[in-house]
Amino acid sequence: MPEKVLMKGNEAIAEGALRAGCTAYFGYPITPQSELPAYMAKHMLPRHLTFVQAESEVAAINMVYGAAAAGARAMTSSSSPGVSLKQEGISYLCGADLPCVIVNVQRSGPGLGGISPAQGDYFQATRGGGHGDYYHIVLAPKDVQECADLTFEAFDLADKWRMPVMILADGLIGQMMEGVVLPPARDLASLPAKPWAVGHQGKSGRPFNHVSSINLVPDELEKSVNDRFERYKAIAESEVRSVSTNCDKADLILVGYGTSSRVAGGAMALAKAEGIELGLFRPTTLWPFPYAEIAEFAAKGKKFLCVEMSMGQMVEDVLLGVGMSGVSGDAAPVHFFGRLGGNIPNEDEVLAAAKDVLAGRSKPHRIGFADRSLGSGRNLGSNRSRGQ
Amino acid sequence: MTEKTFMAGFGGQGIISMGQAWIYAAMKEGLEVTFFPFYGAEKRGGVARASVIVSDHEIASPLVTKAHSVVVMSSDSLAIGEAVAGPKALLLVNSDLVKASPARSDIRVLRIPCNSLAEKIGDVKIANMVMMGALAEATGALKLDTIAKVFESFFPPSKHSFIPKNLQAVEAGRRAAREA
Repeated sequence: MPEKVLMKGNEAIAEGALRAGCTAYFGYPITPQSELPAYMAKHMLPRHLTFVQAESEVAAINMVYGAAAAGARAMTSSSSPGVSLKQEGISYLCGADLPCVIVNVQRSGPGLGGISPAQGDYFQATRGGGHGDYYHIVLAPKDVQECADLTFEAFDLADKWRMPVMILADGLIGQMMEGVVLPPARDLASLPAKPWAVGHQGKSGRPFNHVSSINLVPDELEKSVNDRFERYKAIAESEVRSVSTNCDKADLILVGYGTSSRVAGGAMALAKAEGIELGLFRPTTLWPFPYAEIAEFAAKGKKFLCVEMSMGQMVEDVLLGVGMSGVSGDAAPVHFFGRLGGNIPNEDEVLAAAKDVLAGRSKPHRIGFADRSLGSGRNLGSNRSRGQ
Repeated sequence: MTEKTFMAGFGGQGIISMGQAWIYAAMKEGLEVTFFPFYGAEKRGGVARASVIVSDHEIASPLVTKAHSVVVMSSDSLAIGEAVAGPKALLLVNSDLVKASPARSDIRVLRIPCNSLAEKIGDVKIANMVMMGALAEATGALKLDTIAKVFESFFPPSKHSFIPKNLQAVEAGRRAAREA
């Protein structure tokens, strides 16, 4: 077995990308992901690979567009405010069916917010954060090992489905150090051919290619979006990934991704020591989301407690999953516990929130601000269980 | 075995280096490790803090609350160190810089004169390695029996001339913890 090395999450993402055959990186520094471009600069330039510290995040994502259109395995990375800046480019990449990898090491928002870990960009990441009808794959690493592994795989998924793949991490995952076994480096010659790419046609004799997201003919544009959504359907059927632990034994399932899933895992262990069985469900793909798995648990009458570093975003996907089960929301209630602003929930407060749910002391989460059990518009925010 | 340690001091004391050396040595001893430094916007100074966990099984939350052991390298990090210490925790303080007594009486306190021991070896910068030796001795979490070899891969070759002093510092810390 290859030796474990000690790395930061940010560095493991960078090394995973290099080993996957990333030959073009464009970025701009921002806390808490700056180790990533620093690592790329250090390791790409001596190998004569393309590294550019762009003049802005907007420039970087458009350089990714160019490199991806030319067939390179291209990548950019940033943190929340920087990823907002990239959204126009991400929409263009999706509209032009270009594969690339985009990393968001989330910090707290909105706006400039803070530099500490957060998970407030879930909606932006999973709902197509730019304009127009589109999705892209979103992978959520929970540790440094997955930073390397999921980034490595992200390039393959991007090429396979011809779309951007986002790695959605957070400041804790990016900054923490753990032991990691790195995947073996890809031989560039083994990467899939890209006959649709631009450039290189000089000696190949193939016709010119044109890569663009523009189409001014409504019927053609409608068809291209429809075709893309057929692809999304195929992705939703084949690429969903999640990990469930102890969910069969437990009445209450904690749901979380990334850092929150680690904390929820800690709460599960504390509960076990007190004789309380909790389950843990961790989506690894945030898009496509594992709705069917949630629906299956709901059909068995399980309760859910979503743990997030936000006001509640992934919890809405869990509610959608419960809705698909056909059972009523009361039979499989979905609760929420969140910390934000750079605060990370700890295992004790998650355990306390879980006990509240089990003892019937907290109200289920409702989408929107109207608590339907009390009538419309009243008790703004009262649905936010804080586990007190 | 799981040892959750919280390390705190001021920027420049080598808190982050100590945490990294600790988990690197632990990884080489076959343990699962995780290290999370609290990062801020400071260029220098300020309080440096790290959550450090070593365990013989998979580590869930990387965030240390209710620490088994707490390392306090400077006086202004005593309060936060005490706040994170769990019940019956072990509190290791750098007695050269921390003159105040901890407010809590339910924790075990070991006073290690890290700065003066490091200066005796010849460099105050290795006070952190004195503390790491004391931490290993007092907790028993790491054996550090192969630390000489571990340092060879932990430090880049350009820093290898400093290894002997670092080894002396670790040993001095172990001795101080035994005698404290």
